[in-house]
Amino acid sequence: MFSDIIKNLLSEVAGVEGIPTIGAFNIRNNGKSAGRSSTETIQIIPKPDGTGIDIMIKPGTKNESVHIPALVTETDMHDVVYNDFHIGEGADVTIVAGCGIHNCGSGISQHDGIHRFFVGKDAKVKYVEKHIGEGDGNGQNIINPQTHIFAEENSYLEMDTVQLKGVDSTKRISTAKLGAGATVVIKEKIMTHGEQYAETSFDVELEGEGCSAKLISRSVARDSSKQLFRSKLCGNNACYGHSECDAIIMDNGIVAAEPEIIANNVDATLIHEAAIGKIAGEQLTKLMTLGLTEKEAEAQIINGFLK
Amino acid sequence: MLELKNVSFSADGKEILKNINLVIEEGKFVVMTGPNGGGKSTLAKVIAGIEKPDSGQILLDGQDITDWSITKRANCGVSFAFQQPVRFKGVTVKDLIMLASGKNLSTAAACEYLSEVGLCAKDYIDREINGSLSGGELKRIEIATVMARKTKLTLFDEPEAGIDLWSFKNLIDVFEKMHTEIKGSILIISHQERILNIADQVVVISGGKIAQVGTKEEVLPGLFGVDLGCKFFKEA
Repeated sequence: MFSDIIKNLLSEVAGVEGIPTIGAFNIRNNGKSAGRSSTETIQIIPKPDGTGIDIMIKPGTKNESVHIPALVTETDMHDVVYNDFHIGEGADVTIVAGCGIHNCGSGISQHDGIHRFFVGKDAKVKYVEKHIGEGDGNGQNIINPQTHIFAEENSYLEMDTVQLKGVDSTKRISTAKLGAGATVVIKEKIMTHGEQYAETSFDVELEGEGCSAKLISRSVARDSSKQLFRSKLCGNNACYGHSECDAIIMDNGIVAAEPEIIANNVDATLIHEAAIGKIAGEQLTKLMTLGLTEKEAEAQIINGFLK
Repeated sequence: MLELKNVSFSADGKEILKNINLVIEEGKFVVMTGPNGGGKSTLAKVIAGIEKPDSGQILLDGQDITDWSITKRANCGVSFAFQQPVRFKGVTVKDLIMLASGKNLSTAAACEYLSEVGLCAKDYIDREINGSLSGGELKRIEIATVMARKTKLTLFDEPEAGIDLWSFKNLIDVFEKMHTEIKGSILIISHQERILNIADQVVVISGGKIAQVGTKEEVLPGLFGVDLGCKFFKEA
């Protein structure tokens, strides 16, 4: 049986109360497996050197899901894991990852999840990743996820990544290499508080003809937190790339955006949009004319922005 | 019901409202008109609490609300439809109508307000109030939100601007329905003769002062005598 702390973290990051009842899963707690199950079409195989798992999804697998949450509930723990997803041709699956840290001590609790996605021809993947930190100690919670996507011909991967509370420091690195007709959509939502630091880096190579990528980052930096958004879109063929960074700054929050778009082909269309600023006064005024207090209006605007 | 006593307001050293005295009686449909830059929008903002007057008093049902916040006035029955509606990333039309109504509305109930302003509810109810909506669509959604509030005083700042594709008759129907059903007072800033024509009372504001107050029969014939502030008009 899982403790309440673990159950709560699992619920927060993976939307499950305990052991998932459907689909394949692997639950990692403090660097060790706390439960694993494969299905006929989705096999979870530990790597021989013990550094992580291989998730093998058979071609043509439809409407199945994989949950692979990772938890860190000890202080002074640095967990590093390498997970590789091999998604077979024509598969259509949902993968739920994410990391939850509960640190009640004074040391650092850190999880670095390095995920590679080999998305087969015509396959479709929805990848959901949520990161949270909690605990009443004064130790730091650090999560440094890496996501490396290799999208084959006409495949589609959509990644939703969310980090809204409790992570003191994060460096999020995402790369993608797209084949002909492939599409990658990454939606990121981040909120930082206190003295937290969040860094995001996207590096996308649009290699194949007719491929496209869309990166959408929405973030809120409160208190004295700092964020850095880096994105690099490289169009090497007739392709479409769009990156968008929208940030709200509050209190003494700081956000920097460093976009880079490189067209190496005359038929590449690349767009970057960035907007950083505090909540517009007229937005607050409008909601106040509907009867909300200034604080309620602010919360409504932030909730909507990060919804 | 609403009374302004000697209200003055200035910004950047310029007097925008000069000693305004005005009474809007309960249940009346009042249209405020006059040249651009004459102070109409500022006066509406002063009533809603968005701007604070330098001097004077604002009374609502006999109570002095001059120092009340926007929120307190809104909760005591003042609604304000902006001339240029505000956009919100991530906030949907349904969210805004629910916030306006102050309760958990069913989707069907929220949709009714959209239908009233001529928007096909199913196409709009889940849309974000962002840059993907045209100025005219935003304007109609703005009107739907104040309708959902059902307050005793509703202020509209040039509601007709930008809704040219939607027939004027529908807009007038909306005002008349609000007037009949909610039985509150409505104060509309407008230049449109067809809106002026349904007013119980017309207030002409020019140069920060009330130039004239009266019934439409009293005011409209003389309206063109007011300096409309148009350079070409004056030179002609």
